[in-house]
Amino acid sequence: MNGEVKTPTSSLSSEQKAAPPSTGPLVEGRPVKISDMSRDERQPLVKLGLQDLKPLPTPLDDLENSHPFAPLSEKTMAQYECLLDNTCAVSIPKPKDREEENALVAKFLSGLEKLFRKEDNWTFLQPLLLTMEHCVKCQTCSDACHIYEASGQNELYRPTYRSEVLRRLYFKHVKGGGLLSAWQHGDIEINWPLVARLIELSYRCNLCRRCAQACPIGADNGLVAHELRKLFSQEMGIAAKELHDNGSMLQLRVGSSTGMTPEVVKDNIAFIDEEMSEKTGIEVKTPWDVQGADILLIHNAGEILAWPENPGAFATIMKLAGISWTMSSEAVGYDSINYGLWYDDVQFARVAAKHAEIARKLGVKKIVLGECGHAHKALSVIADRILLGDANVPRESSMTLLREIVVSGKLAFDPSRNDFPVTLHDPCNMVRLMGVVEPQREIVRKLCPQFREMTPHGVDNYCCGGGSGFAIMGGHNFPDWRFQVAGRKKMEQILNAFSDCMAPETPKYLCAPCSNCKGQFRDMLQYFGLWESNRILYGGLAELVVNAMVDVKPGFLEWEWH
Amino acid sequence: MTTFFYIAIYVALAVFLAACAVRVVSYARAPIHLRWELYPVPHDDPALVKHGGSYFEVTDWWKFPLHVNHLGDLKVMVPEILLLRGLKKFNPVLWYSSFPFHFGLYLLIGSIAMVFVHALLPTAAVASWIVMTATVLRDLILITAVLGSALSILGAIGLLVRRFTHPKLRNYTTPADIFNLIFFIVAFGFLWAGYFLRQPSQAGPLAIAHGLLHFDRTVPVSILLAVGLGLSAVLLAYIPLTHMSHFIAKYFTYHSVRWDDEPNRPGSKIAVKIAEYLTYRPTWSAAHVGADGSKTWVEVVSSAPPNLLKKEKRS
Repeated sequence: MNGEVKTPTSSLSSEQKAAPPSTGPLVEGRPVKISDMSRDERQPLVKLGLQDLKPLPTPLDDLENSHPFAPLSEKTMAQYECLLDNTCAVSIPKPKDREEENALVAKFLSGLEKLFRKEDNWTFLQPLLLTMEHCVKCQTCSDACHIYEASGQNELYRPTYRSEVLRRLYFKHVKGGGLLSAWQHGDIEINWPLVARLIELSYRCNLCRRCAQACPIGADNGLVAHELRKLFSQEMGIAAKELHDNGSMLQLRVGSSTGMTPEVVKDNIAFIDEEMSEKTGIEVKTPWDVQGADILLIHNAGEILAWPENPGAFATIMKLAGISWTMSSEAVGYDSINYGLWYDDVQFARVAAKHAEIARKLGVKKIVLGECGHAHKALSVIADRILLGDANVPRESSMTLLREIVVSGKLAFDPSRNDFPVTLHDPCNMVRLMGVVEPQREIVRKLCPQFREMTPHGVDNYCCGGGSGFAIMGGHNFPDWRFQVAGRKKMEQILNAFSDCMAPETPKYLCAPCSNCKGQFRDMLQYFGLWESNRILYGGLAELVVNAMVDVKPGFLEWEWH
Repeated sequence: MTTFFYIAIYVALAVFLAACAVRVVSYARAPIHLRWELYPVPHDDPALVKHGGSYFEVTDWWKFPLHVNHLGDLKVMVPEILLLRGLKKFNPVLWYSSFPFHFGLYLLIGSIAMVFVHALLPTAAVASWIVMTATVLRDLILITAVLGSALSILGAIGLLVRRFTHPKLRNYTTPADIFNLIFFIVAFGFLWAGYFLRQPSQAGPLAIAHGLLHFDRTVPVSILLAVGLGLSAVLLAYIPLTHMSHFIAKYFTYHSVRWDDEPNRPGSKIAVKIAEYLTYRPTWSAAHVGADGSKTWVEVVSSAPPNLLKKEKRS
């Protein structure tokens, strides 16, 4: 690594530093270049306007009546480094002076080196090296990226843009650099504005890895965003606060990122059991900490607070199917979320190890993951190799379990109870990144007479726009970007899927078997007013199952906004 | 002159093989990473693969042996390598340049292989099948070499034009990218010119290959063909030093990343290797990590973040 850090910030006068921040974009009328990342002017590189974005189908085709991007406040601009575009996801406090900027750049370079050391990053070193050293920059991946497409093909959001920045830094500062290297790989100047912009840019990717699927070489720009986030978190202590302070840290401290302690979660579930029993006519009581149960069911705890009908539906199904199951009241054991998946290997491993240890102590035969895509991938796939010996308790998707129950004939169903238009969202983590595609389809095909697919779907699906933690990130004006850009392609898919029945007289159900996706849909449908204007409701899969169960009182699904 | 020419070709070949080996070994020896596959994984059960599914769709999947369908991998890899199927699907415009470029290279490689097979045949043929084989090979060599170099030159020109003219490529194009394509065009151009413009008394590829294998320094090589072969040899040595060695990377990106769905079974090789990695001592310096260079990964992960009860300060 080159030890000396040179930053052009040294040329900033105290007046320049003290001047009120300008909000105008640095780059207009041309695509952003790689070298623009190092521009020292303390202004955003680009600003998106609604007119720049990919048009949406009716009824969202009227730009006049659409949400404009709220500008960042002067206070925000003065307090945080918002140098990328017209939003701010991470809220990096502005360094006090040049010295602090230089220290941060040095810290970044130190982290960059560690990213390529096996002792520090054995977890993803091989795929990262392959991507760094073999992308041919053919841009085949670009058209696969929903964010790039939705932004009107803004260069800043091209999947290869952030990768190219990291690649040039890698060859220059990790591999030794030099003139030949610059000729071969391109040059880049490092300074604090570049690092600050790169931090934000690592949070403009949903990590859906659709781009990786399209890459003929197998390079993975989603992985690059993941690794950058890791560097910032594990070396610099910088991460989106929703993921770290209010996410994995809170989960490790009290037991859940929702803030629910074991006592609170048991109270809440008891309340849900009571509500469900009344609503369904089936007496349910969630079992806790049953030693030797067949199944340990772990929900995303967000369901318990935001969508209690989902864990309630699961409890009802388990009861009627006669399944031996339990939930855990041990801290972390009742919340399947693992936000470390998106930004920090250490936090990820800590949470995964807790989940596995709790299951091992209970002596269950398997863990079943509730309707949460990232929890599926985190515990079933990514954590698999770090769960050694008896900690490697088998994990299974609730999609598989529900399919087993629905097709087994144990329960009687009346599909006419679900006779309304239903479409199915594929959570990326569950489908493209785990291969759980068909079980949920078998269920909706059997139970929902008006089921229609989105185009494309399955492993070719588009992210909801809330992936990689965006669904829970709402600082400043980030929701504008989240809905207008990240979620735009999915919004188009939803509207197209329901294009034959958009009238408000027909209630429509967007089935999203994933908590984070549901969070994104809740906020996005509300943002665009699609419940009020067109009666598009969202919800989980278990709710559709219970709604069609003959033994349950009719009307389980409530056509009310929630 | 001819001696130097032969040595240059042998050295280039040696550099190519050595550089490829270094690259292969460096990737192969990288630690087993956490799983990061993309579905479908074609060696899974075909009934699952056809809709993009995986063994995770099967109830109690761990009770069954892992389905390893190598034919499934081949069904994807062969058209991917030979026809660049992924590129055709996701970037058809680029495919019209990239495919002839790559397919031309395959033909050239085939041609070179046949040249050396031909050179190893007995010169004084005693059996008719040897004569027949030599004749067929000679015709095939001519067709594949001429067609291959022509396709590669045309493809490289197409790629070069796109690099210069397409805004989405220009931003990411380095001087080396341009140089690499021009290198192909020039080297193969000289090969073409050398082959077609040589005097009847001057050696063709078959005679040169024969001379190379037997170190026959009397073979009369035309200047143009010698330049073409010399440049091609340097190109051969240069390729594995650049990202053009993606033919190596692709094996790993597909088989070790995208399709590596092998679960961690107790006592498996994976478990043994991971147990070793968990003894590494990370040095990440953010407060919540709690690494100080002396704790192992296991110790770091099995302890709570040191700053769990207070807000982390930027490191």
